[in-house]
Amino acid sequence: MAKRRVSLNLNGQATQVECDENKALAYVLREDLGLKGTRLGCGQAQCGSCHVMLDGVSVPACDTPLWAVENKAIVTIEGLGRPGALHALQQAFIDEQAAQCGYCLSGILISAAALLARCPQPQEAQVREALDPHLCRCGAHNRMVRAVLRAAAAGTGA
Amino acid sequence: MSLDPVPLPGSLQANRRLSQWLRVHADGQVTVRTGKVDLGQGISTALAQIAAEELDVPMARVSVQPASTWQGPHEGVTAGSMSVQDSGGALRQVCAEARAIYLDAAARRYRLTAAQRAGLQVLDGAFTTGDGAGVACGSYGSLADDFLLDVDASGAARPKPVSAHRLMAADVQRIDLPAKVLGQADFIQDLTLPGQLYGRVAHPPSPGAVLLEVAMDAVAAMPGVVATVRDGSFIGLVASSEHAAVAALHTLCGAARWHEPATLPDMHALPAYLRAQPLDSSLTGEKTSDAAGPGLACSAASVAAAGSRCFKASYARPFLAHASIAPSCAVARYRAEPGEAATRVEVWTHSQGIHNLRADLALILGLPAAQIAVQHLPGAGCYGHNGADDAACDAVLLARAVVGRPVHLQWTRDDEMSCAPFGAAMAVDLQAVVDAEGRISDWQHDVWSTGHSMRPGRSGTPVLHAAALLEKPFARQVAINMPLANGGGAERNAVPGYDFARWRVNNHRVLTMPLRTSSLRSLGAHCNVFAAESFLDEIAGQLGVDPLVFRLRHLGDERGCAVLNAAAALAGWSGRHAHPRPEGAGMGIAYARYKNTGAYCAVVAAVRAGIGVRVEQLWIAADLGLVVNADGACNQLEGGAIQTVSWVLKEAVQFDRTRVRSRSWEDYPILRFSEVPKVQLQLLSRPGDKSLGAGEATNGPVAAAIANAVADAVGLRMRQMPLSVDALRQTALAEPG
Repeated sequence: MAKRRVSLNLNGQATQVECDENKALAYVLREDLGLKGTRLGCGQAQCGSCHVMLDGVSVPACDTPLWAVENKAIVTIEGLGRPGALHALQQAFIDEQAAQCGYCLSGILISAAALLARCPQPQEAQVREALDPHLCRCGAHNRMVRAVLRAAAAGTGA
Repeated sequence: MSLDPVPLPGSLQANRRLSQWLRVHADGQVTVRTGKVDLGQGISTALAQIAAEELDVPMARVSVQPASTWQGPHEGVTAGSMSVQDSGGALRQVCAEARAIYLDAAARRYRLTAAQRAGLQVLDGAFTTGDGAGVACGSYGSLADDFLLDVDASGAARPKPVSAHRLMAADVQRIDLPAKVLGQADFIQDLTLPGQLYGRVAHPPSPGAVLLEVAMDAVAAMPGVVATVRDGSFIGLVASSEHAAVAALHTLCGAARWHEPATLPDMHALPAYLRAQPLDSSLTGEKTSDAAGPGLACSAASVAAAGSRCFKASYARPFLAHASIAPSCAVARYRAEPGEAATRVEVWTHSQGIHNLRADLALILGLPAAQIAVQHLPGAGCYGHNGADDAACDAVLLARAVVGRPVHLQWTRDDEMSCAPFGAAMAVDLQAVVDAEGRISDWQHDVWSTGHSMRPGRSGTPVLHAAALLEKPFARQVAINMPLANGGGAERNAVPGYDFARWRVNNHRVLTMPLRTSSLRSLGAHCNVFAAESFLDEIAGQLGVDPLVFRLRHLGDERGCAVLNAAAALAGWSGRHAHPRPEGAGMGIAYARYKNTGAYCAVVAAVRAGIGVRVEQLWIAADLGLVVNADGACNQLEGGAIQTVSWVLKEAVQFDRTRVRSRSWEDYPILRFSEVPKVQLQLLSRPGDKSLGAGEATNGPVAAAIANAVADAVGLRMRQMPLSVDALRQTALAEPG
């Protein structure tokens, strides 16, 4: 487990982290960088809780080693919007009250943001397809789909 | 002004001190303490709303504190859709009394006459005389004094009438959501205490496994490992980082050798297995019509009656997993500091019952409960007794090895799917006699299932997962059913909600428990309503009567008829055969009043059945009495309905004769976004009636409506859940035509 200094482009900022380069990005974010908005649900890339954006593509961070993200643009939930400057999707999820427990939200918001960036006016079926890698046990799916369509209608500025 | 005291509502009976519930601060902020825990259902928002309404303060001034064993009311377990009823009802009375106490204090401070006191008004937490002059008389904040609420509830104050509610009518937004969409909210999985270590436990690979040997040295020598723990068949480790703990767990699993006896039944023959076990059979209830004696459906006498017909059918469900989206987690710290008389243990948990958990931990640790402090923190959505309590016990057992340091214990996905208690498999037999007029004259419901409750703290023996594994093990307990007066367990909703002339319900509790079972959302109601409402459809079909008409014929409860008619109207039920429909399309209807005393709910489902079943749309009508937060209630109803679609179409715990085999989302798939049906909801307004919980009302009716829709679509009567591709094919082969 050789430690190495790895340069990251994280949420628009140049960042360095020194750790085992095989460590999964999800653990690097949560443990080494203190960004706990990326949730862990299975560690097997099967639930979608830990998705982050890598060069605009939504991927599971539990299954992505640190070495693979060097010099790529990483966006986590913390980089999507800030208090007082919410991403259109975050505002739409509040407006639609699109959650129950909210554990799955971070990953879903990331996949939704990636979708709207490449397809600003998706059809409902496209939204569902984009969110299919994400599990929600509480059954808030339809509200979330409505929220994504609402954000699309509002224009995301992405 | 003195009113006759009202009986104290809900949890206030057992927690009478107002200061247990409420604290007013000098800055005008109000803290609400509840014994109920937020399971992701948004109860904190509903309670904040109730407090704001009764006190006349803005929502933004109210915060809700997490439940703990050392402060706030003791409200038992958060379950059974009782939070708004129990905690909400109590809090409404507490706040009404607190408001009166503060107005009295204002009257004293400002030397008001009795008439002025009676006319005092509260606006945004500030008091003014209502005599036109509008003289300011302070506020909650300016008069804040903890002694004022250090009194017992008297029942003398009256909560506002519904007509005076400001916030109830409006949809109040969830108070926790802004932080959650930003990824800021801390779930228990995210808790980081100073000096925190990370724990993992290598759970036995099968329910009957016994540890033969384990090479702990290999684990102890790994980088970052701080301690290893072995107590009988309980093995675990503590490491300095989560990453190191994950690597060490992998080694620990490889270093352990287990004896694994084949203790599990044939998962493909569960109904036969349940019936063949030792049973504790009891009569849940019966209704006899006349001198004919107790009802016994399809007896020689009843069938001999002129023109009557007899029907019988059997239904079943498999074991179901809670399958929470976040694996169970807990943090524990053992303290035995010099100068302190006794050991103290602190536990942070997402358990539904913090006092119950503490009672079991006390038994396992051999400590007085008073030396254990348990606090609730939010986990992911919880739908019953999942692994939260077991994980808390695991954390404590590891923390004992590193006294003074908090240990963050995280279960793996594999643990969550294989070690947490399951929802019990069930078998149901139904019999009915229909008289010459086409009315059901006699009905019998028999249910076989292990108990649906094995929560901690309810007997002298701890039931936590680790308890039976220790060097000095505690005997494995068998799940029980709560008394029917508390909603029952396996027999929940087995008593018919219809006006049958005679009926009888028998509950056969299975006394063996190869897989641990405990409470899963709606308990037995899910399968009992699935069975009874499927059976009604089968009979209606045989008689050639419309399923809605057949139900209304037997339903005297006007509120039940109202939800059935509303769901049917929403779905366009009466016109459903007006147009030719696509191949494989069908509609089904079902109804139940949850627990026979709770929310009324009727559901129409539209499906497309081919190789498999797809639920395309659900129309749901519900009567929840007084609704505190309509959007929150709809969210609960819809969430319960979608989870049920997942149970019914996809879910079954997989196992061979030794091990649980469904240990990841790949082996235990749940419904995905592209499979989720459209849902249309209607709440029937009943502001004059007491609030009824929403979370579990849909589980039974949705299950039966789907099966009825499949029968309507392709003529196949699916009597066992899940309605999977395999099950559909087997039913088609067994039932030609």
